[in-house]
Amino acid sequence: MTMKTEINWQQIAPPLPELVPTPNFLGELSQETFALTRRLFIQLQRRPSTLVAGIIQPVMWLVLFGALFQNAPKGLFGETTNYGQFLAAGVIVFTAFAGALNAGLPVMFDREFGFLNRLLVAPLASRFSIVLASAIFIISQSLLQAGVIVVAAATLGAGLPNVAGLGAIALIVLLLALGVTAISLGLAFALPGHIELIAVIFVTNLPLLFASTALAPLSFMPQWLQVIATLNPLSYAIEPIRYLYLNSDWGFSDVVMRAFWGDVTFGSALLVLLGFAILALVSVQPLLRKTLA
Amino acid sequence: MAPAILIENLQKRYGSVVAVKDVSFQVEPGKIFGLLGPNGAGKTTTLRALCTLTIPDAGKIEVSGVSVLDHPKLARQKLGYVAQEVALDKVLTGKELLQLQAALYHIPRHLAKQRINTVLDLLSLQEYADQKTGTYSGGLRKRLDLAAGLLHQPDVLVLDEPTVGLDIESRVVVWDFLRQLRAYGTTVVVTSHYLEEIDALADFVAIIDSGLVIATGTPSQLKDQVGGDRITLRIREFSPNLEAETAKSLLQELPFVQEIIVNSAQGNSLNLVTIPQHDALIRIQELLNQAGLPIFSIAQSRPSLDDVYLAATGKTLMDAELAALAHRDLKAEKKQNMKSGV
Repeated sequence: MTMKTEINWQQIAPPLPELVPTPNFLGELSQETFALTRRLFIQLQRRPSTLVAGIIQPVMWLVLFGALFQNAPKGLFGETTNYGQFLAAGVIVFTAFAGALNAGLPVMFDREFGFLNRLLVAPLASRFSIVLASAIFIISQSLLQAGVIVVAAATLGAGLPNVAGLGAIALIVLLLALGVTAISLGLAFALPGHIELIAVIFVTNLPLLFASTALAPLSFMPQWLQVIATLNPLSYAIEPIRYLYLNSDWGFSDVVMRAFWGDVTFGSALLVLLGFAILALVSVQPLLRKTLA
Repeated sequence: MAPAILIENLQKRYGSVVAVKDVSFQVEPGKIFGLLGPNGAGKTTTLRALCTLTIPDAGKIEVSGVSVLDHPKLARQKLGYVAQEVALDKVLTGKELLQLQAALYHIPRHLAKQRINTVLDLLSLQEYADQKTGTYSGGLRKRLDLAAGLLHQPDVLVLDEPTVGLDIESRVVVWDFLRQLRAYGTTVVVTSHYLEEIDALADFVAIIDSGLVIATGTPSQLKDQVGGDRITLRIREFSPNLEAETAKSLLQELPFVQEIIVNSAQGNSLNLVTIPQHDALIRIQELLNQAGLPIFSIAQSRPSLDDVYLAATGKTLMDAELAALAHRDLKAEKKQNMKSGV
């Protein structure tokens, strides 16, 4: 038996101590999660086109869609006369939703190109760091986009919520992005390839937008669509943000949506979003575990 | 002392396709171990099971005495895996990829910097370290992948077809490098369907075919087992078939000649299997001279690993390779590659 002669190594670095299982779980987890997140940010920095498009697109929504309905009869979109003000909430939420829905794509490409194998043969503290890194990245990106939209909407005359209001918007975007990111990552591990994932994204994206209160208020819709819209998680993100835009004086017990079964308050809308995020995270666990555990 | 690798009765099927029927072998620490076989023989599946990328249906796998199935994380720490297809993030620079790799193996930050420098030096990658990997040539990509596999100083480095698609020069660089690693005491497991590569590189070989190990030993042992010498003879550069057949019937009379094949694919050259005989070439020349036949070329060699494979399976490795290519299901392979494990 030959001893491992550490000639070249030894001069430069002592060999690793014999590894005991999980000497420092949290330290390892944060090290690997940080490194994986850093990779995603480097990619973004060197290939900023998706982010640039992800910022231009919602601003276009605001400008063009806003202009389209500029001359709509007063009172049609609730108490406000400004469609831009009405639309801002919808655009913020839809942008976060669409961005999070794409979260699975880079993971899917990593699977297809074999890069994921590089991560899977490594002694990760937990393979959920792969998921965690994606979630951190997508949520940061969504918050950044939301910030730009808030500024753009303010410039277009939609006004600006107060600091607490902005904090509430950030929380809403975070909860929605978390839930949708979880679903998208689950799909990235469950579906056979990126073609299928893109197909799922394609058929989910716009229908969920139209079946929400993003573009028009509930009262504007036929009964059946109202039912769908009040079951759509996007509405529970849109309506509180819209309320913030229309009411500088707001509270958690204020009614933000009149659903067919009763009134939804600001606080309960947040709880619904929290529930959605938790449900999404829990329900994709089996999918993730199949590949990652 | 536990063997560096112990695999016992490994089995793995994908749906109705049996990828590994029954594979067992051991690898001594500090040796280069070669797994030789045609495409589709089960080499990659065996390595994927070893590296915790796929869960076998049955069998035992240990790395330095650690069960891969019971303690995958510990086993991963001891293994370095260099996949057949180099998967680099083309947006990252070489150094950034190594930094990521170092973090995935939890190498402390101050050590990581030194280690990265060491592996960049070892594989002569310093001048490319700050370029994006998307700009790398095939040889560079492979070298960076090797560097990444070594960063955590694994006990065992596992390489799946490390020289496929490389030019001769890069191939030699990889070979030399693997020998260097062995000199440091690292165990190296390498698959290949290039006979010369395994013959030149490996201390110990397992030949695998259709998911079964059909022969194990040192290259020398295996070749001795097949026995005999090989002589390739050309009457003319391109001999007429009749002349070759005449020569064949003449040479068959020699007592040390066991078998003769007229190889029409190589200008009707004669391939002889003989009992080792020190004056074999001279006696063949004399015999052909007497019959008035010229000799364009004549060469004697020991049996190759291909002859070992031929003796065990009744087909040459090249034939097996072509047959495997004919029913290769690339889509199914891709799917297997995306399924992951333990």
